[in-house]
Amino acid sequence: MSALATETHSLKKAPSLSALGMTKTFGAFTALGDVSIDVAAGSFHALLGENGAGKSTLVKCIMGFYSPDKGKVMLDGAEVTIRSPRDARAHGIGMVYQHFTLVPCLTAAENLVISRADTPAIINWAKERRTLDAFMETMPFRVALDAPVSSLSAGEKQKLEILKLLYLDQRFMILDEPTSVLTPGEADEMLGLLHGMCDRGEITVLMISHKFREVKTFCDRFSVLRRGRLTGEGDAKSAPVEEMSRMMIGDTEVRERAARAVQAGKPEMLELAGLCAQDDAGLSAIQGVNLKIRGGEIVGIAGVSGNGQSALVEVLAGQRVLTDGEITIRGQLFTPSRGNFDRFKVFGLPEEPLKNATVPRMSVAENIAFRSFDKPPIASLGWWMSKGPMRTRAEELIARYRVKTTSPDAPIETLSGGNVQRAVLARELSGDVDVLIVANPCFGLDFASVADIRSQIMEARNRGAAVLLVSEDLDEILELADRVAVMSGGTIAYVSPIEETDRNIIGQHMAGH
Amino acid sequence: MTVQPLSMASMKRRPSIGTLKFAESIFIPVAALAVSALLFSLFLLALGKSPLMFFQLIWVGGFGSSFSLQNTLQRAAPLILTGLAFAIPARIGLTMIGGEGALVLGGLSAAAIAIPLVTAGVPPFLTLPLMAMAAMLAGGLWIGFAGWLRYYRGVNETISSLLLSYIAIATMNFFVEGVLRDPASANKPSTMPIGDAYRIGAIPGTDVHWGLAAGLILAVALHVIMTRTTFGFAARVTGGNARAALAQGLPVGKLIVVCCLLAGACAGLAGFYEVAAVHGQANASLVAGYGFTGILVAFLARQVPLAVIPVAILFGALAAAGGVIQRRMGMPDATVLVLQGLIFVVLLTSETFYGRIPFFQPKRAEERT
Repeated sequence: MSALATETHSLKKAPSLSALGMTKTFGAFTALGDVSIDVAAGSFHALLGENGAGKSTLVKCIMGFYSPDKGKVMLDGAEVTIRSPRDARAHGIGMVYQHFTLVPCLTAAENLVISRADTPAIINWAKERRTLDAFMETMPFRVALDAPVSSLSAGEKQKLEILKLLYLDQRFMILDEPTSVLTPGEADEMLGLLHGMCDRGEITVLMISHKFREVKTFCDRFSVLRRGRLTGEGDAKSAPVEEMSRMMIGDTEVRERAARAVQAGKPEMLELAGLCAQDDAGLSAIQGVNLKIRGGEIVGIAGVSGNGQSALVEVLAGQRVLTDGEITIRGQLFTPSRGNFDRFKVFGLPEEPLKNATVPRMSVAENIAFRSFDKPPIASLGWWMSKGPMRTRAEELIARYRVKTTSPDAPIETLSGGNVQRAVLARELSGDVDVLIVANPCFGLDFASVADIRSQIMEARNRGAAVLLVSEDLDEILELADRVAVMSGGTIAYVSPIEETDRNIIGQHMAGH
Repeated sequence: MTVQPLSMASMKRRPSIGTLKFAESIFIPVAALAVSALLFSLFLLALGKSPLMFFQLIWVGGFGSSFSLQNTLQRAAPLILTGLAFAIPARIGLTMIGGEGALVLGGLSAAAIAIPLVTAGVPPFLTLPLMAMAAMLAGGLWIGFAGWLRYYRGVNETISSLLLSYIAIATMNFFVEGVLRDPASANKPSTMPIGDAYRIGAIPGTDVHWGLAAGLILAVALHVIMTRTTFGFAARVTGGNARAALAQGLPVGKLIVVCCLLAGACAGLAGFYEVAAVHGQANASLVAGYGFTGILVAFLARQVPLAVIPVAILFGALAAAGGVIQRRMGMPDATVLVLQGLIFVVLLTSETFYGRIPFFQPKRAEERT
């Protein structure tokens, strides 16, 4: 161990950091409202919250990716100005992102050296190597320095990311869901090491998480965000999981549900039996999903994102190949094809409609015609299209669904998010619907659009459609669903009628309890 | 801001979105041409030549007389067809640059099927359509194969169609120098000439062969297919967003392959006319770069089949003027290629200006909150 390395890397103290009154708005939307957190030196602090609660906005403000509208950051008790990630780095604040930022084809040593701000144009590798070896000596864990990063496991890459921060002398670390890509074993090892380093006062960690178990086992303190507000904080060891869950998911009563007509005893409409599919990398994305949905029923699928919900929706929409299992509608086998979508009256509202349900450069009228362009009155003889009927129908639906657009001929990409979703709703819900597949229909929309779109979905249910609603917003599921199912690890882990469950039970199943 | 109401008044105040987009799609390519001409002028000045004389000669050599106009149209004919061969796959989101290979293979197939038919004395009115069909089939299958590879095997269509072109040219050479070689073709290996009786004549009153008419008809037909039929609509949806097309249950793979078949058939047909109207046999003269110039034509035409026609004529004129420029300005024939290359680079750059010139942008629909 060289004296130099000891001086620069081991004796430095972990800093404390406070964010005071952080506020950030995007247009009319308050992503972060007067949030203050206080992370003591050498503590392992958890930042809890659902998707969209404002966790990433907060850390992006701290890191200088966003400039907050109000609020300040104090480092070791003194106010610091952070205008860019470069400033954050100069102050010794570093972040490990959910998706690794290492260069896969370079070795660990090369990745560390090029990450420095002062890398010379010509690198003296022999000298760098000596410094690196000395540095590694002082670390509580090691990574093979000469192997290309692409050959490292996810856990080793994570370790290397953390080593990188230490190498850059960034002793306040923000970790964004660091265990989401790790196996449970790797995760425990990783968090144990971080915990040890915090205990020894070498680093201070702020970790974004929504896994209660990890927080309870490894963290010292926690803060909870919900809808851009701080809803609670406390001692991670002593606070019960139920309390954390309540702070995270909330216990305020949701606003009045969209009018729900009684639909008892309708026959089963949609049945999913043992569905399996793979993700783009060829790994299992969903395995053995079983679910039955009756006509006039909304089944809400809750779950932490990345547990197979999007693969399930893609399978039903024909965007992903089913490797095993059967979909039946009214007892008949269903395969997603244009003819079958019409014959079985299957409609869909995919998430991010601009990306999944429209052609951004085509006009609103053309986008509204996607379901009907090959049928009368738009098509005659099955192939000749008439613009007149297409436009007439578009104008009628634009008026009925209150889509705000300058003209039916405007490219749909010029519309706001809520109006794109309304245009898609107009296209998918204007006819007879037997099965409706909905995914995060209100993500990123303003309140008026949200209420409008949810009541349209409820109306489709009231008219007798079987609705599968995948949502990351638990409030949305509680407002709309007749039954709730929780997806975890690519399969359905829990199903219950909505009256017989509550947020806490659902939240715990979501978190894998 | 308040919402702009959907009324006639608002329509009058500002040109409609369609008009704006149309104006933009004319303005940007024309501006790109102007910038290319400017850059080329600098090139000429650096060589000590007069830009004015050059562009004057282009005009004279391309359109100045009935002879040069016909020369232009003669050269435009294959360019229309190869332009379509790029434009149609582009509408479904593919960058398919294999027109050259499809043309060469189409020409070879037409010449090859002609040999037994001519020998057997089958009359021209039967032989020529069979030759045309063979050419279209060969070209269609060639590009269709690249499309199939793209959708079903995930092979990049730009690379595969380019490489397939080299294979096509090598295949042509293989047959022309081998089993299909006419022993009489000593210096330039060629297939057996089909003979004057089997040649397609000129359009009456001109020296231009019927390939021009075929190009015009196909350009109009494909324009109608792409804009006015359910097939064209489905193809445009697929090209615009394949995920949305899948979610609508559209047969994406089939649409891609059919578009590629149509594209290849166009290029193959160009090969047929090169054999049946220009050369009378298949040989290395088929590899004249029409397939690659067609890419440029389609780009400048913004992949709109109808716009391919005037652009092909423009490039036909450039080629036709090459000889005059060579004689009168003492510059090599390849000078025109420098201009073509410049146009291509400037054109690719100009693509980035779409949607960024404020004048052409419709007002965004504002949300009332």
